Amino acid sequence: MSEDQEDFDLNDLDNKELVEQIQDDLYDGLDEEVAEGVEILLGRGIDANDVLGDALVGGMKVVGEDFRDGILFVPEVLKCAAAMKSGMVLLRPILAKSAIDISLGKFVIGTVKGDIHDIGKNLVGMMLEGAGFEVIDLGINNPVENYLEAIDEHKPVIMGMSALLTTTMPYMGVVIEEFDKRGLMDEVHVMVGGAPLNQEFADAIGAPAYGRDAARSAELAAAYVEANR
Amino acid sequence: MRLEMTLQPQDAVRKRLVLGCGALAYDMVDLIKKNEVLDQVVDIQCLPAKLHHTPQFIAAEVEKVLAARVQDYADIYVAYGDCGTAGELDKVLQKYNAKRIPGEHCFEFFAGAGEYAEITEAELGSFFLTDFLVKQFDHFVIEGLGLDRYPELFDVYFEHYTQMVYLAQTEDPKLQEKARAYAEDFGMKYIYRYVGVSALAPLVEGLAVEVNHA
Repeated sequence: MSEDQEDFDLNDLDNKELVEQIQDDLYDGLDEEVAEGVEILLGRGIDANDVLGDALVGGMKVVGEDFRDGILFVPEVLKCAAAMKSGMVLLRPILAKSAIDISLGKFVIGTVKGDIHDIGKNLVGMMLEGAGFEVIDLGINNPVENYLEAIDEHKPVIMGMSALLTTTMPYMGVVIEEFDKRGLMDEVHVMVGGAPLNQEFADAIGAPAYGRDAARSAELAAAYVEANR
Repeated sequence: MRLEMTLQPQDAVRKRLVLGCGALAYDMVDLIKKNEVLDQVVDIQCLPAKLHHTPQFIAAEVEKVLAARVQDYADIYVAYGDCGTAGELDKVLQKYNAKRIPGEHCFEFFAGAGEYAEITEAELGSFFLTDFLVKQFDHFVIEGLGLDRYPELFDVYFEHYTQMVYLAQTEDPKLQEKARAYAEDFGMKYIYRYVGVSALAPLVEGLAVEVNHA
């Protein structure tokens, strides 16, 4: 790309072009440009929810697909996530004040006991927020008590557990067993995810849903809520 | 942790293949070359260590080799952990009746499950190094995680790590010095443990027993 082509004003683009440009900038991990594009769209009166869905979530979907296909690698995905975050910072207060309640509900998410890995969980959290959930992040190394307390306090629609290690993922089964004993499995939809997991493992521990990646997890969660409204 | 193989009479004339991760190449070659008999009957093939940056492709790459070479060998051992394949590698190995060393990652089977658990239970925030990772730190850790291009990602990766644990395969003061410096650079406590290559040795011993009985 020549220097002339690089130096253009985002204000010169029409809305459709600008959405596409934000998606491109997000893909390239350009957080300042993404924030600028979001501000311009909001300044033109575009609904914050549309900006979120079309520009940011739309952009991250492409990122997710290219990561799965080995075109993008972890560092680049993290840069994309940071770029999305720069747009989310601008949208979040507007969405919170929105007169129309478009929230899909609360989603409690946390990495299980014995595990400090949170990169994947944080990506899922961001995609869930983009999909319209209010995300309550419990952080890392959560014993079953933390999940129970969070359910009691926040009354989430869905509770998600994450693990990166084969040594820690069985703890998800411990949590589900405890939920089952307390009759909570009918009250909250449980989702699991993490690099070493697969559908067979999710089935084996009785997890109602398994998200194989961040984008898919957000889609599954949104579909569950829509189906149970 | 001996890997058992079943030897058929016709297998005696056929060689064994050890297919491993490039991160283990030096240790595998060293162990097998030290054994004259094995050196004659065991072939070693390695896949690029950088596959660890795209673990979703490890099982498929291993399968390509197995599909092409399974007919040529009496047995195939795969020197990989699960390595983030979410069980996909084990599915491939089952399909071709190949075996692997149990464990999640190479640093787990280098340490042994007991020692690995002991270290991580004492401190969850343990970042592990092996000889390979110390030698390839700049390429595999710094460049692999993109820290050369995006140093701002450091906290995203390492926020929860407090110590760097060097599980050494060799007693090499120069490598120890480098590992200590990396820990210091990362602001982590440094722990050194010499574990050798005992984790790979049973694989070689298993092969030796078979070959001697053949």
